[in-house]
Amino acid sequence: MFYLLRTIKMAGNALRRNVMRSALTTLGIVIGVAAVIAMVEIGEGSKKAVAQTIQSMGANNLLIQSGAASSGGVTFGSGSVLTLTPGDAEAIARDCQPRIVSVAPIVRARTQVVYGNKNWVPLYLYGTTSEFLDVREWDLADGREFTDAEVAGGADVCILGQTLVRELFGEESPIDEIVRVNNHPMRVIGVLSYKGANMMGMDQDDILLAPWRTIKSKVSGTSATTANQSAVVQQDPSQQVILTKQAYPNTSTNTLPAQTQSQALNNPPPLLPVNVDQILVRVATEGEIKQAISELSAVLRERHHLRAGQPDDFNLRDMTELSKAMGSTSELMSALLLVVAFISLVVGGVGIMNIMLVSVTERTKEIGLRMAVGARAKDILRQFLVEAILLCVLGGALGILLGRGGSYLVRVILNWQTEPSLPAIAASVAVSVVVGVIFGYYPAWKASRLDPIEALRYE
Amino acid sequence: MELIKLEDLHKTYHLGEIDVPVLKGVSLTIDRGEMVALTGASGSGKTTLMNILGCLDRPTSGRYWLDGEEISQLSADGRAMIRNKKIGFVFQSFNLLARTSALENVMMPLAYTASSLSDRDSRERARRVLERVSLGDRLDHHPSQLSGGQQQRVAIARALINNPPLLFADEPTGNLDSHTSEEILRMFQQLNVEQGITIVLVTHDAGVARHARRVIRMRDGLIESGLFGGADGEVKPERSTGLIAASLAE
Ligand SMILES: Nc1ncnc2c1ncn2[C@@H]1O[C@H](COP(=O)(O)OP(=O)(O)O)[C@@H](O)[C@H]1O
Ligand SMILES: [Mg+2]
Repeated sequence: MFYLLRTIKMAGNALRRNVMRSALTTLGIVIGVAAVIAMVEIGEGSKKAVAQTIQSMGANNLLIQSGAASSGGVTFGSGSVLTLTPGDAEAIARDCQPRIVSVAPIVRARTQVVYGNKNWVPLYLYGTTSEFLDVREWDLADGREFTDAEVAGGADVCILGQTLVRELFGEESPIDEIVRVNNHPMRVIGVLSYKGANMMGMDQDDILLAPWRTIKSKVSGTSATTANQSAVVQQDPSQQVILTKQAYPNTSTNTLPAQTQSQALNNPPPLLPVNVDQILVRVATEGEIKQAISELSAVLRERHHLRAGQPDDFNLRDMTELSKAMGSTSELMSALLLVVAFISLVVGGVGIMNIMLVSVTERTKEIGLRMAVGARAKDILRQFLVEAILLCVLGGALGILLGRGGSYLVRVILNWQTEPSLPAIAASVAVSVVVGVIFGYYPAWKASRLDPIEALRYE
Repeated sequence: MELIKLEDLHKTYHLGEIDVPVLKGVSLTIDRGEMVALTGASGSGKTTLMNILGCLDRPTSGRYWLDGEEISQLSADGRAMIRNKKIGFVFQSFNLLARTSALENVMMPLAYTASSLSDRDSRERARRVLERVSLGDRLDHHPSQLSGGQQQRVAIARALINNPPLLFADEPTGNLDSHTSEEILRMFQQLNVEQGITIVLVTHDAGVARHARRVIRMRDGLIESGLFGGADGEVKPERSTGLIAASLAE
């Protein structure tokens, strides 16, 4: 240990005797390491930025849809039979902890939303629960969430996305205003925060949320057809209702005699609504999606009384593929980075080897002298090797500082996200040592093989 | 007591196909505490012999005992250890490390000494040795800031740092003016007398050789005179007879 310290000190002295040359020799390593550190920090930063973007689109969300109906070999699309129930959602929330942190049933509709003389058909019109906000990790910009009572009772309240607010209300506050959804009045109780477009370019803020019972019973029954036709209609909402009803009566022709009151009491209508279109869940972390899927499937199959051989009557979709696709871009970048780093370090190493060879030739007489006073071949080898390694490590250290400085400048001036990377720093130090050993070994070996008499006579 | 004992030492260089015999059978003893001058014409093999005696080189054949230890069969590392512990060298061209202080030049051999001294002890020891060669006030001077004589004294201090019993000096005054030469030679005499260090002075200069108590004269790879101790320098018969016969025949 002491011996090594002394050798390092000796190497330091030798390098100090020619500071300028030492600095130029290690410049390749400095630049190589600086480039690697800066690029890794910037790369990690953008990776994190991408990850955050994916997260905001619901990277760890899972969408469960009702399964496809099939009849006589003809299979219909997803959701053609409604197999999912709010009970399923509750069961998942109850049985799939802690992997699944929140669960929201969704009833979808597509219809016109009217406020005053303005109207808009939102991209997303969801009947759900307050948990939806938790699943999507979505905050409210204004107002409040649904209360449990409002969800349970199917209250006429709704929460609007930013786009909908802009289209219907402009600059006004929508809170406590009444909008008409498919001609059904609802009070606005909250406004969602801004989220932006998702990966398909769909505007996620073009959304209206309401308790799912409300949508199920009062909106969705007639929604699909009403949306487009109603767009033609006059501006007066009250008139519009009448006209729509006249043109396209909801009620089918009743061929049976009307129910009497006692009959109605004896035959209570079934407890509607019972089905939902989708269930959206949030998995604790992205890494647990696989297990979450299998746990979830087990719960649903059990609840739906599916036997071993039977196919699922629901579909599961996750964002893994998408986030993988986006992740692979940065992985390719990292690979290229590594190649560039490797090349620059090899170039730096060759520079070191070159100068070390020159140095050995130049210091032949010194080597002869050291041998004459008792240095063994391995002492000489060690001395030159340690010199090369020290040169590389100093260069590496300088490179790390420069690289960090570079990424700091990029963060401050270009406002890019950067992320300090400890592994990159550790790897740089290790690589510097390795480069020093590899490219310093040959010159050191050459030095150690000198004949002391020849070396002493060298001029 | 003999410090150096040579027996029929040969050294032959091979230049391609041609064999160049440089030492042709040297036998010699040097006692502890002697001060010997090794002289002879240029090319007579003085440096070659000194390199072997100094454990820098191996003989082609023959045996060499240093301090009772058979050297000719030692490995390179073994010889390095001997050089470090028992031998000091002083060269014609000083061979100091440039841009390195006198103190650090003197400390340098300690880096290869097995019993590791602390940095402070090393410095202290180097300082004391430099004081011994009257350079106590030049510790931090670089070689370029010292005169030739001072540089050679630094080199002597470096040779003495490990307290070797044996000192070799190859043309130590070759690069010095006569006044400084005298000073350096007196220093060798002083080291020899006061500290009992055995000194082998290699020189082609009779004036320099005169400072030694015994002069060994070489010629064509053989010892011509001074084979045995004593100041007489008389050539005794034995191995040298052939040489004398040869010179007589000329
Ligand atoms: N490495 C070598 N290869 C071949 N010949 C050598 C070598 N070293 C010395 N010689 C030869 O050995 C002879 C003696 O050299 P040297 O010992 O240096 O003489 P001196 O020191 O007495 O002048 C010279 O003729 C020289 O050319
Ligand atoms: Mg010579």
